[in-house]
This record gives sequence, C-alpha cells and structure tokens, in this order.
Amino acid sequence: MIDPRLVLILSTVLFALGAVGVLLRRGAISILMCVELMLNAANLAFITFARLRGGPEAQIYVFFVMTLAAAEAAAGLAIVIALFRLKGTTDVDEINLLKW
Amino acid sequence: MTKLIWLIPILPLLGVALNGTLGKRLGKRGVGTIACGVVLAAFLLSCGAVWELSQLAPDDRHVTASLGTWLPLGPVGPGGALATIDWGFALDPLSAVMILVVTGVGFLIHVYATGYMAHEEGFARFFVYMNLFMSMMLTLVLGGNLLVTFVGWEGVGLCSYLLIGFFYDRPFDARTGLSCADAGRKAFIVNRIGDFAFVIGMLYLLTTFGTLDYRGVLDGVASGTGSQAMLVAVALLLFVGACGKSAQIPLYVWLPDAMAGPTPVSALIHAATMVTAGVYMVTRMSGLYAHAPEAMAVVAVVGAATALFAATMGITATDIKKVLAYSTVSQLGYMFAAAGVGAWTAAIFHLMTHAFFKALLFLGAGSVIHGLGGEQDITKMGGLKSKMPVTFATFMTATLAISGIVPLAGFFSKDEILWGAFSSGHRVVWAVLALAAGLTAFYMFRLTFLVFYGEPRGDRHAWDHAHESPRSMTLPLVILSILSIVGGWVGIPALLAGGRDVNVFHHWLAPAVAGAHAEAEGGASHAASTEGLLMAAALGVALAGIGLASVLYRARKGAADRIAASFRPVYVLWRNLYWVDELYEAVVLRPFYALSRFFSAFDRLVVDGLVNVAGIFVDITGQVLKLFQTGYVRNYALLFLMGVVAILVYFARL
Repeated sequence: MIDPRLVLILSTVLFALGAVGVLLRRGAISILMCVELMLNAANLAFITFARLRGGPEAQIYVFFVMTLAAAEAAAGLAIVIALFRLKGTTDVDEINLLKW
Repeated sequence: MTKLIWLIPILPLLGVALNGTLGKRLGKRGVGTIACGVVLAAFLLSCGAVWELSQLAPDDRHVTASLGTWLPLGPVGPGGALATIDWGFALDPLSAVMILVVTGVGFLIHVYATGYMAHEEGFARFFVYMNLFMSMMLTLVLGGNLLVTFVGWEGVGLCSYLLIGFFYDRPFDARTGLSCADAGRKAFIVNRIGDFAFVIGMLYLLTTFGTLDYRGVLDGVASGTGSQAMLVAVALLLFVGACGKSAQIPLYVWLPDAMAGPTPVSALIHAATMVTAGVYMVTRMSGLYAHAPEAMAVVAVVGAATALFAATMGITATDIKKVLAYSTVSQLGYMFAAAGVGAWTAAIFHLMTHAFFKALLFLGAGSVIHGLGGEQDITKMGGLKSKMPVTFATFMTATLAISGIVPLAGFFSKDEILWGAFSSGHRVVWAVLALAAGLTAFYMFRLTFLVFYGEPRGDRHAWDHAHESPRSMTLPLVILSILSIVGGWVGIPALLAGGRDVNVFHHWLAPAVAGAHAEAEGGASHAASTEGLLMAAALGVALAGIGLASVLYRARKGAADRIAASFRPVYVLWRNLYWVDELYEAVVLRPFYALSRFFSAFDRLVVDGLVNVAGIFVDITGQVLKLFQTGYVRNYALLFLMGVVAILVYFARL
C-alpha cells in the first residue's frame, strides 16, 4: 500500500496549485477549473482518510462534493456566459461593478 | 330656560360651523344673516334665562348647569382630597349682566359690521372669527369654575389675535413700523405674560381648596382655609392675568396697537367686552380680594395710575381710533380702581355703561372712517357735522356720556366710582380719578371738535365725497346712543332720587359680590352733603375739561399748537407715549433677542456640532474601509484564503 502521507502531500500540492490558480488567473473559466482542482484535491484527502479509518462516512462526503462540483460547474459556466454577453469578456478584472 | 344656559355659548358656534364651511357659497347676505342670527338667538335666550333668574328670591339667584366631568384630577387638593373639574356653567346676577351686555352690544356690532365690512375681502372669515369670539366670551362669563372661564379667556385672546391681524398684509403704525400681523402677535404675546400668572394662581387655588368652582373657592376663602399670604399671592397673580387681558399698567401696550383690526372689532373686543374680562374676573373673585386687602390696594393703585396715565396719552394722539383706545385703557383703569376700593358694583356698573358708550364711540369712529374712505388722522378731518348728521348726533351723545354729564349713563357710573373711592378713605385715588375724569372730558371733546367742527383740513376730494353711512350702520348707532343715555338710570343714587332707594343695579348685584364696602351697597348712611359736593365737583371737573377743549379747539384757532410749543417736553413725552414701547424694547426685547441669538448659536455650534462629529466619524471609517472593496475577485479570494489559513492556524495551534 502506498504511504498515505504521500497521497496527502499530493493532495496538498494539488490544492495549492488550485488556490494559486484562482488567485492569479484572470479568465473566469480558468478560475472555475482551478476551483474544480481544489475540490478534487479535497476529495483525494477525504478518500485517504476514509481508507485510514475504514468507515464509509468520508466516502459519502466525497459523493456530496462531486455533486456540488457538478452543480457549481453548471451554475458557474452559466454565469460566465451571461457575463460574457454583458461585458464581451471573461476577464474578472473587468467585472468590478461593486467597486466603490 | 336657566337649564339651557350651556346652550348660550354653543349658539354662536353654530354660526362658526355654517359660515366656516359654507361661507364662500352663501354670499355676503347669507353670511351676515347667519352671523347676526345666531348672536340674536343667544341674546334672546340670555334674556329668557335672566328673566327666569330674576323671578327667584335674591339669595337663590345662582343656577348651574354641567355638561359632565371634564378633568378627574385625582388627589391634588388639601390632604389628598380628590378634585374633579366639570364643564360647568353658572348664571348669577353678575354673569347675567355680562351676558346681556355681551350678546346685546355684540348683536348690534354684528349688524353694524355687515355694513362696515361690505366692501372688504374675507367677509365670511371675519364673521367666523366674530362668532367664535362671541362663543368664547360667553364661555368666559358663564363659566362655573375658573378653568372653564380660562378656556373662554384664552379663546377670546385667540380671536383677538386673529381679528387684529385680519388685514394681515397691510402696514399699520409708521412710528414703530408694525404691520397688522405684528400688532396681532404683540397682543397675543403680551397677554401670554398675564395668562402665565393666571395659571399659577389657579394652580394655587386648586391645591389649597381642592376645587376651582367659584362657589367652592369663595366658600373656602370665607371659612378661613388657606393662609393670608397665600390669598394675597393668588389675588395678585389673578390680577396680573387681569392686567394683561384688560390692558393695565404695565401690560397695556398691546391695546393701542390692537386698533390695527377692523373698527367693529375694536368696538366689540377692544372696548366693550373682552378687555373688561379682567374686571369681571376680579369682581367674580371679590370674596377672595375682600380677604386680601394688600392685593386690593395694589389693584386700586394700578387702576388709578392707569386711568391717569392713559388719559394723558389720549390728549396728544391724532389717530381717531388710538384716542379711543387710550380712553378705553383709562376707563378700564377706572373700573379696576373701583374694584380696588371695594366698590364692586360700581366697577360692573361702569363696565356696563362703558360698553354702551365706548362701543358707540368706536362705531361712530368707524362710520367716519367709512365715510371718508379710510382716513383715520383727526388732523385731516373737520367739518363733518353737516355731512354725517346721525353719526355726529350719536357720537356727541357718547362723548357727553363718557365725559360724565348728567343725566347720561357715564355720569352715574363714574360718580359712583368717585364716591366709592372717597367714602372708603382713598382720597388720593379719588383725586387721581377726578383729574382723569377732567382729562377724559378734554380729550373726548378735542376729538369731537377736530372731527366734526370747523373747516375740513384734509383731502378736499375725500371731504366732498363724505357721506352718511348706510342704515345697517346708523341703526346700531342710534340704539347704542339711547342705551348710553338711559343705561345709567338703573343705578341712580338715592341722593338724586329724593332719598328713595331706586338703585336697582346694586340690589341686583348684591348677592353676587362681596360686601367689602358698605357704600357700594347703595346704603343711605353716608353724609348727603358730602356726596352732593363730590358730585358737583366731578361735574365741574368734566365741564372744565369741556370748556378748555372748546377754547383750544373751537374758539381760538392755533392756541393748542402754541401750548404744545410752550410745553414742548411734555408734548414730546406724550406724543411718544412716554417711550414705553421703546423702554420695553430696550429692557425686555433686546436682551431676549440676544439670549435667543446665543441659544441659536449654541444650538448650531455645540448641539449640531456633536451630531456632525458622529457623522464625520462614520464617514472617515467608511472612507478607510472602502479601500478593501477593490472590485477584483482575486483580492477577495486572497483575503478569504488568508482568513481560512488564520482560522486553521488558530485551531491547529500551529
């Protein structure tokens, strides 16, 4: 069996990559993809802990997260399309209607 | 009908409601008919009620009617006694005299006003105010307790304010720069000063006697409840209230300016009825004053001083209505002097006769003003005798009556006051009043001579067009002049009636006023020779005043001007009304304005400043915090991430 620590490190690296992507990317779709990456990094951590504990609870959470990720992708992409129609761009720096 | 006395003040209110809501649609004729009709109805009802009252035995002549409880006040009386105040009305000989004078003279003036105001804007508004005034005045005199009287007291003050400022867009006095609206405000504010004292006096009475009913209070006074100092204090406080309403020193300044109102208003409110409310109230409380001799002395001194002081100002006034206004102040001083020496019936007697002849004088003056198209300056009149014969004849009657010429009304009432002052030992008061009587005769005949005799001095065109007033105006003049002649015959002293006791006025009022002074009861105990001598003296003083006026203003043209020139300081003093208005301005108004400015600045700088500091603080906080609202999603995400990390660090104790 693989050392769970290695898997957790992988999970951490993936999560950090996703977070940095969210913070640094400017395209809305890239940001959404990075969010997916973060969610899946979390899923990986959940699976690892499930394996260590031996119970089903953590795996159930993973299903929840996957459902949520699907919903988020649908809603998020719909918002991005609406924004694109409105502003002609998906650059989040251009979308600053709430700025003072 | 004595059960219906509460209806008497309500009737004019009907006119207020009708004319107030439908006035514009009814037309002038309809408005005038309703306004006069309700007052006539009140007069007839008053006559019926007084007739029924007169059928009772003298000591039973006190009927009351209550419309229910007004204020259940709880334990405010002595020893925690419960007190309640009713909507109570009372009719006794004193209020009977008042309601007959108010409704009778009031009706005549209403009729007159339909003619006088015919060409004015706001005809319906005028009569709404007039009817409201009648209602309030009747509430005042019929009130069975001090608080109901006070309702009427304030109500007439309100109507006075509204009617003085009736021509609210016109200027009034060039010397002081007042507009008509200012004059109304002045009257209202000066009256507030007196009313403040009145209210305090009422509260003292309430806590001492546990009631404000006149009967209850006076019974309490008679049975010795309440300390002497308290009685004197209350009597003085109520008198300050009376000073405001009845224009006595030092609160008289509003009455001359009250002449800014239309002339019928001056006749009704500022001569015949409202300004006598103070005399009425003091007489109503005569039982209290009889137990407070110090207060009575103050009343007598203030009254006598006002009588003389105002008469001197009347001598130099050149506005026909202002002469009459100072005369009114002076005559009110007479009434208070009478009350102060204990001659209560004489005070009310003079109140009644004064209502007749002073209303007549004002209405006559109004007729002159009307005929000359608005001219009020007597130096620009003259020679109107032939132009306005009815006005002249009636005005002359009233002038003779106010001067105290036998056998007109003013002679009997004035003589009774003088005799009351002399026989009660107030020789100084008597002398002052006698001098004032001479001045009264002088300035009244000066007025008559300047207006009706000689050559026309003013605008020739206006004089050519001068005309006698319409029937609706002359008829009230004629009726009032008859009253000014015969009105005094109800109080003929025994001396002039061959020793027989024919003074019905005294006997009528006797149950309602305190018998503080035996002479006021019309007894025959005094020395007839002294009384006859005083009577002759009073008559002589009046004739001297008339003679002087006829010499100065009829026989020797220009003599008056020469005298004015040689006594220039006195003339200037009188012409400028002793600079009392200027004195009040310097002593009261200017410090008050300065204080107001200070508080205004305090409010703007300190109070508003504190509020502004709170606002500025919030503003600055917002200015700083808004910097975090960049509009960049990444910034928010970064902050979010930092927050998550911080929470993780905290929980993991990393």
